[in-house]
Amino acid sequence: MAGETSRNRHVVVVGGGPAGLAAAAAAIAASARVTLLESGDELGGQFWRHLPQERAGAKESRLHHNWSTYTQLRDTVLGAACCEVLTNAQVWSLERDPQGSIQLNIARGPVDSGSRETFQLAPDALVLATGAHDRTLPFPGWTLPGVFTAGAAQAFAKSERIALGQKVVIAGAGPFLLPVMTSLVSANANVVGVFEANPLRNLGGWVADRPWKLAGASHKAGELLEYVGAHVRHRVPYKTGRAVVAAHGTDRVEAVTIAKVDRNWRPIAGTERRYAADAVCVSHGFTPRIELAIAAGCDISPQKFVRVDDAQRSSVDGVYAAGEITSIGGSDAALYEGQIAGHCAAGGDVADPELRRAVRQRATFTHFAGRLEAAHGIRPGWTSWLSDDTTLCRCEETSVKSFRYTVAVTGSAGLRSTKLTTRAGLGICQGRICGRNVEALLAEATGDPVGDSARTDRRPIVAPIRLADLATAGAAAPTTCTEESES
Amino acid sequence: MTARLIRAEDDPIERRAAARLTATFDGKHLEGEAGQTVAGLLLANGIDSWRTTSVNGRPRGLFCGIGVCFDCIVTVNDERDVRACQRRVQDGDVVCPQHDELPEVKH
Repeated sequence: MAGETSRNRHVVVVGGGPAGLAAAAAAIAASARVTLLESGDELGGQFWRHLPQERAGAKESRLHHNWSTYTQLRDTVLGAACCEVLTNAQVWSLERDPQGSIQLNIARGPVDSGSRETFQLAPDALVLATGAHDRTLPFPGWTLPGVFTAGAAQAFAKSERIALGQKVVIAGAGPFLLPVMTSLVSANANVVGVFEANPLRNLGGWVADRPWKLAGASHKAGELLEYVGAHVRHRVPYKTGRAVVAAHGTDRVEAVTIAKVDRNWRPIAGTERRYAADAVCVSHGFTPRIELAIAAGCDISPQKFVRVDDAQRSSVDGVYAAGEITSIGGSDAALYEGQIAGHCAAGGDVADPELRRAVRQRATFTHFAGRLEAAHGIRPGWTSWLSDDTTLCRCEETSVKSFRYTVAVTGSAGLRSTKLTTRAGLGICQGRICGRNVEALLAEATGDPVGDSARTDRRPIVAPIRLADLATAGAAAPTTCTEESES
Repeated sequence: MTARLIRAEDDPIERRAAARLTATFDGKHLEGEAGQTVAGLLLANGIDSWRTTSVNGRPRGLFCGIGVCFDCIVTVNDERDVRACQRRVQDGDVVCPQHDELPEVKH
């Protein structure tokens, strides 16, 4: 056990999903003083997003995987004397002083309100577990009401008990489409079909290639069978090699066009088929939320993940990362990474016996994740289903035509100047939705990877805040867990 | 307007019947239950767009559902730019659609 060294260590964990909860619990077990910051008003993250207390369900576990793991972790962090759980707490910036110490600026209170309190924390160690959000590729009509991310469909089925449509098309790429389908049918929606852009020959490899490596992840096979069962029971077709290439409607979606695509996702002419739908749920994978890691100065891989070592330590002293910001590995990988990160952030060592199982399981699940990415990853042919008037940036309403034209006439190969001339990525979401797509289109136009050091995820203000929050920033941190209470 | 709330009495997870509340949207009376988000309340009442865009005046509502895209912003009790998918409704909330004109360029 980490013993004396961790007794006074203050570990701040950002994010209350599987990785953050596991990190906080492990840091508590290693005797650290812990502050867990969650931007929403409930713990659980997107994976365990659930109804609030006022509307809770007695059998809520039916909507979730490993619900008991969640309730155990939640009870651990809420019950520990030296863990302070702050919900509705938005970290809006991270600063480092010349000595390298980290300071978090936080606003806390009702979301987007002008009455939030602001304060700062300067932890001894920081665990970033900020997760990921859906990446959605654009297509004509994707801005119509009734077109949602698949994550929205799942979030609203689980945490609002709302089915976003009666006749729903689910499309995109990746295994996430399957739980979205089960969430929707659990909300009594009629799912017209699930359309996976990768053809079978892209997908086949992840099982066929050295299947014994998956043995430790065998409950994943069980989950897969569960989804297959749901498809059969609810007669939901699962079709591969097909992508949503257009949504139709005037003020809301009324139909979608699905086309067959080749293995690089280039639509095959003449294969278009139109389906009536009142909701279209789309996801093409996930984008890690790495703004805080970038602000801390962490080394980021070309695939935009935070680089970590065996102890989940980033390249910056005292900053650890776990979960989807290190790779899109699912909740199992996130839980084990979180456990390792929290333990080590508290002063423990990755070789400590209590981490043996977590270290072994992490290897299994990150291998599993690598296979899924190879099978389901985005292929470059998607840009050929864009029309001239397809909206690229939803906030600034930059069209594909004007983006390509501006890039051509300015000859810009840099992301920063391209954003300024086209306005793509400069709206209220600050490129969270279009950023990766803008980078891809720019790289396509110039034939090179994005040529300057700018990154869409580099945002000095991590989350949009009100000027009033800025004006009152700098107040001292509230602490409920003092040195005295520990002794 | 095809999003639909599962009634508490029909919900297989045996959802607790929460306290009722009322709010208005664009002057229209809405009924909901404690714990819903603003977006949840609007969708449950058959409203699927509550904002128009600045450039093309197009309707927008929920998109990402997890507070990332800011497409669902709305004005609540005179406070602008509130993400409807993140804010919980309070009894008596006055919710208004949001449209932000682009600033005019003076010559």
